[in-house]
Amino acid sequence: MWRRPFLWFIVAAALVYALYPYFTDDVGMRESLLLAAVYIILASNLNLMIGYAGYVNFGNIVFFGLGGYICLYLVTALHWHVIPAALTGGAAVSALALLFGLGILRLRGAFFALATIGVNQAIQQLVVNFEPWGGATGIYLSLDAYGPLGGPMQALWTTYLMIVAVTTASLLASYAIRHSKFGLGLLAIGQNEDAASVLGVPTPRYKAMVYSASAFLPAVAGGLYFFKSGIIEPSSAFNLQTSIEAIVMVMLGGSGTILGPALGAFLYEELRGFLLTAQSFSQFQLVIAGALLLLIVQFVPGGLLGWVHQRWPRTRRWLE
Amino acid sequence: MSALLEVNNISKRFGGLQAVDRLSLTVNEGEILGLIGPNGAGKSTVFNLINGVYPPDGGSIVFVGQDITGGPPYRVARQGIARAHQIVQPLGGLSVLDNCTVGACFGRQGLGLVPAREVAREVVDMIGLGDRPDMLAASLTTAGKKRLELARALSARPRLLLLDEVLAGLNPTETEGMIETVHKIRDSGVAILMIEHIMRAVMSLSDRIVVLNLGSKLAEGSPQQVADNPEVITAYLGDSKLLSVAEKPA
Amino acid sequence: MIGILASVIDGILIGAVYGLAAMGLTLIWGVMNVINLAHGAIVVVGMFVLYMLVSALGLPAYGAVPVMIVLGFVIGIGLYWIGVHRMIGRPELMSLLSTFALNMVLIGLGTAWWTTSPYNVQVNMPSVSWRGYTFTGTHITAAALAVVIAGLLYLLLYHTRIGKAVRAVATNREAAELCGIPTTQVLAMAFGLGVALAGVSGTLIATMFPFTVLSGEAYQLKSFVVTVLGGLGNPAGALMGGIALGLIEGLATPFMPVSWIPIVEFGLFVFCLIAFPRGIFSFTKA
Ligand SMILES: Nc1ncnc2c1ncn2[C@@H]1O[C@H](COP(=O)(O)OP(=O)(O)OP(=O)(O)O)[C@@H](O)[C@H]1O
Ligand SMILES: [Mg+2]
Repeated sequence: MWRRPFLWFIVAAALVYALYPYFTDDVGMRESLLLAAVYIILASNLNLMIGYAGYVNFGNIVFFGLGGYICLYLVTALHWHVIPAALTGGAAVSALALLFGLGILRLRGAFFALATIGVNQAIQQLVVNFEPWGGATGIYLSLDAYGPLGGPMQALWTTYLMIVAVTTASLLASYAIRHSKFGLGLLAIGQNEDAASVLGVPTPRYKAMVYSASAFLPAVAGGLYFFKSGIIEPSSAFNLQTSIEAIVMVMLGGSGTILGPALGAFLYEELRGFLLTAQSFSQFQLVIAGALLLLIVQFVPGGLLGWVHQRWPRTRRWLE
Repeated sequence: MSALLEVNNISKRFGGLQAVDRLSLTVNEGEILGLIGPNGAGKSTVFNLINGVYPPDGGSIVFVGQDITGGPPYRVARQGIARAHQIVQPLGGLSVLDNCTVGACFGRQGLGLVPAREVAREVVDMIGLGDRPDMLAASLTTAGKKRLELARALSARPRLLLLDEVLAGLNPTETEGMIETVHKIRDSGVAILMIEHIMRAVMSLSDRIVVLNLGSKLAEGSPQQVADNPEVITAYLGDSKLLSVAEKPA
Repeated sequence: MIGILASVIDGILIGAVYGLAAMGLTLIWGVMNVINLAHGAIVVVGMFVLYMLVSALGLPAYGAVPVMIVLGFVIGIGLYWIGVHRMIGRPELMSLLSTFALNMVLIGLGTAWWTTSPYNVQVNMPSVSWRGYTFTGTHITAAALAVVIAGLLYLLLYHTRIGKAVRAVATNREAAELCGIPTTQVLAMAFGLGVALAGVSGTLIATMFPFTVLSGEAYQLKSFVVTVLGGLGNPAGALMGGIALGLIEGLATPFMPVSWIPIVEFGLFVFCLIAFPRGIFSFTKA
């Protein structure tokens, strides 16, 4: 696997991404790169569902939020170090997704899509009513919590590096799955689930597995992100809007490709930054995102990379 | 000869329609069993019941001593039954080779990706798609898609192959080619249960034939016996193809 | 006990309106196999049309109902050409994303225009008292109108040539095309009808309850529950399903905070789908 130049390209890009703000010592740059990295994680993992298995998960943000809650709870209440706390959050959310997936993945198409929105709303409602996690006000970190990472300032840099690491892992995982038997089964499901089943693809198990897999890294990232923010509360943790933007990113960059979602996330972030500064647009963010999605779905369903691959088929060899 | 597949008394009802009515049949090791009957007789439904797409309302299906009644389809596939659909079901966005690799990966042998690709390549060559392995399945011609159905099923290295009208819509040359291919498959030791409307083909290929009408078995026997059966002729009255075969046995 | 009975009857009245909304959803699904995720946004359009007509133009509240039916039909045909037409025959994922994008645009425009604060349209209808129970006049009127509109839809589908064409296209599009039915126009029209139903039910809901630009999501979920209860692709079942849901809500409200209702509905939705998966799938065209 490591003989592939593509993988070295990903690793090299990640190193540049990680070190650039460090050497320029540009904190503003670091913050905007961090946000983009989080979106790349969300989009890249969502792509496992949309692009590979052909199932749209409107509530994908629930993994991120729940991972954040578990991590912050472990850090504040049990005084864990953030790394094991985030990883535990990831594992717990992933396990929960597996259980849940076995149930709701019996639903197809729109029913599954709707159920995923419901899952997000239901979990948000439960968390609002869950006192150990601070109910509607959420969980705050005190500055002591950053002690193990060498204080708050140092912790910002460390979490940045960790999030870039999770981003890299997301891309590598996407690659590994794409080139595995599991990935082939998922693609078959995405093309024609009934035919896949007749061919022997264990569809319920595979769907639950990919749902669970697509939960792990976003949950870890949620832990790191909210640890960095120092606060988590239900409305920011389970923000449906972010979920939906992740879908736009996947479709923009090219669903089913490995780099497409990352590209889409990056471009969308830039676009939004631009629109937010242009006063008259800030109100119309949802309209613009919706119109963008509409145009992509109608005219370039393969997204940017899909379009490139179609135009120049040879690029497929290099980018997949 | 020992029984590979035993279908006992299966039934299936869709709303007010009894699509399959207490049907029993047996496919022996290494044989080609033809399943014929007028349009809407319930032939494809029998396939759907065998490979577990629907559970039967009653009856049982035993394959190599294992009860496979009611699927699910992927388990039936793993046991060694593969199917070519009447209405082609290509995985349109995947290449021809990948379609067959899916068959090999998840079929009876459950191969890993690399050996599966080898098997797929072999089968693709044998079925005559070897010149376009990287073409997207969606962009094949109808005849190409028919072949792909067969290739994908074979890639699973099944013990029993369910062929649902693989000859339909092919031109005479293509039909000849396909008949030859089916012979080759049988010679490699795979049992075949085939639904076919082209009587000349089914008469010459099948070792035995089961005739289905209105969901139940009308007749069973060697091609000659079936063609001479007056009840079969009545059921097909109007279908000149069978009548001509029946009058002048091939 | 008295409280529960009144609450159940009131639930049934409201349920008839849910049924009308769900009819729009199920009609579209039945005819073109598209699940309209802009459904909730269209319900909201119906609400704000009432608000505009009553408070800006001073129309009587129920005068907005026929206006909304016509307007909804026109909007629906527009939306069909913008977002649905190219999705016909494409994978389901694509039509889901496309209608969802329409939803985002509509909600986004609504938010920019009206913000997300609550609106309320005052409708004066005398309430009805019966053996010590009091029933709100607007609820009774809304239920009655919902049943009338459902009846008109039935007449349209089963006793007109247009309805015959719609049903023919729903059963088998290719065969209908071969018979000389202009299927594309029929699809556009069916989408228009579905949107008109969703919109007018929004208008009726707005005569009963306060609403915001974001109310659509909750009503969309209700419509999905109703279609699952009543059988997907079956407009008559939708009305029954709506009444069933209203009844369940009426039973549940005295016992739990309102914020839990969507969770219960979601649970019911998933439960129905998982308990009767074959039942649901058997309506999809094989
Ligand atoms: N999923 C289904 N739901 C309802 N009815 C069905 C379903 N599948 C098949 N049928 C009906 O069952 C009957 C038998 O269909 P089947 O496809 O098995 O016939 P067949 O013998 O394969 O016909 P043909 O030669 O045309 O392929 C037909 O009347 C068909 O309409
Ligand atoms: Mg058939």
